[in-house]
Amino acid sequence: MKGFDVLKLALVATGLAAVFISGASAAETYNAPNIVENTIPKPLAKDAGNAENGRKIVINRKQGNCLACHAISSLDNQPFHGEVGPSLDGVAERYSDAEMRLIVVDPKQVFDGTIMPAFYKKEGLVRVNKKFKDKTILSAQQIEDVIAFLKAQ
Amino acid sequence: MGRKVSLISTVLGAGLLALSTYGTAMADSTLKSIAPPANHPLSEIISGYEFRASETQDLQDDDFENPGYIWVDKGEDLWSEVDGAAGKSCASCHEDASESMKTAGAEFPKWSEKLQKPINLEQKINDCRTENMKADKWKWESEQLLSMTSFVRSQSRGEPVNVQVDGPMAPFFEKGKDLYYQRVGQLDLACSNCHEDNYGNQIRSDLLSQGQTNGFPTYRLKWQKVGSTHRRFKGCMKNVRATPYKVGSDEFVNLELYLGYRGKGLPIESPAVRN
Ligand code: HEC
Ligand code: HEC
Repeated sequence: MKGFDVLKLALVATGLAAVFISGASAAETYNAPNIVENTIPKPLAKDAGNAENGRKIVINRKQGNCLACHAISSLDNQPFHGEVGPSLDGVAERYSDAEMRLIVVDPKQVFDGTIMPAFYKKEGLVRVNKKFKDKTILSAQQIEDVIAFLKAQ
Repeated sequence: MGRKVSLISTVLGAGLLALSTYGTAMADSTLKSIAPPANHPLSEIISGYEFRASETQDLQDDDFENPGYIWVDKGEDLWSEVDGAAGKSCASCHEDASESMKTAGAEFPKWSEKLQKPINLEQKINDCRTENMKADKWKWESEQLLSMTSFVRSQSRGEPVNVQVDGPMAPFFEKGKDLYYQRVGQLDLACSNCHEDNYGNQIRSDLLSQGQTNGFPTYRLKWQKVGSTHRRFKGCMKNVRATPYKVGSDEFVNLELYLGYRGKGLPIESPAVRN
């Protein structure tokens, strides 16, 4: 734990540790998802999800940054995994693709009052910074990539 | 706060944190905490100090190593420096700061009869400058204002945070509370999501604290200087991709007042050291 703390200090000192760093986000057209009984059965993008891209999005602090809150064993080579949400190991055994898609798109529809951000939603948000106004955190294709990655966990 | 005691509590705390389950704030932790007053939103009130690595705590505990003292020392020089048309310094009216400012640092934001709203310590310092010294205001986050705020608040080190929240303060307190629980930004998060529901949990590389203000102005390793409470609020709002309120705004003063209540009884630590 001590060594861990020292590493943490070093990272913080170099400014790498911001939880959510601002960055460019999806500036493409919004495909309103079709929600059916707590699921989104249809993929949001025309291309199939790419798990390797998904892996990068899950790690990237400016994109999914899912590791901020979730631990994922297959990403053990990444130094910091959050404790705010449950581990995502075996998540595809607990949920279908269609269920996972809604959880990532708008988790408040599944988990009442959850802290988890909606990754594909533009409405109902307050005081959004103008850099991110009317943009979703992830693009439709990125959502599909993340789902492809989750399926392999 | 004895260094040995705090070290031990960190080590114990670290063990406990590693075991913490997701999504629950730690109750009954071994971190040094104080009991909240009745009807308080927290079951234990804990300083941000307790959540930091022992190296960071050591920096804070040693007055010679603590980098925040550069600002305290500058503030001490400014205390007796005459400025403005009235030919006065702070010392002309307040004399020995170790006596006259012993509790002031623990009591802001305070009611301003003149403005009919609460003002914080930075604003009070500027009020003294314009009204009593006939000097210009210092800019928010300027070297001078940070130094004087650090100096004044460090006179109250160890004093328990004690802001007034009843009487005329009540409506402002309520506004601050609303801001605390308001979800904002593209990430749609309120202060409470991180600092009430998840303190003690790791959010990627950061260990979440209760977001207490008893250490401000705080020297942050990331900033490489001391910063005000309002600068920190701005940072947290930017991190959730919201448009922050302005430093010195009514919104941030109300939020600061509400946070004072959330930290009621915590000892003033200024200048604290955080990462
Ligand atoms: C700010 C915190 C946070 C972030 C960031 C976050 N999540 Fe979550 N997530 C949670 C929490 C908390 C839960 C549990 C639901 C609840 O109780 O609120 C959850 C639940 C889930 C679940 C259901 C898990 C289960 O076993 O029930 C999935 C799947 C999920 N998240 C995927 C993701 C993905 C993918 C990302 C990134 C694109 C992500 N999360 C980002 C906090 C977060
Ligand atoms: C996404 C999570 C998140 C949200 C939401 C958030 N903060 Fe923070 N805050 C942090 C992190 C991470 C830190 C640094 C570690 C710590 O002290 O908790 C921090 C630190 C602080 C500190 C410094 C504590 C100290 O001991 O020096 C204060 C004060 C604070 N936050 C207030 C707020 C306020 C007020 C809001 C709402 C406007 C807010 N935070 C929203 C994550 C968050």
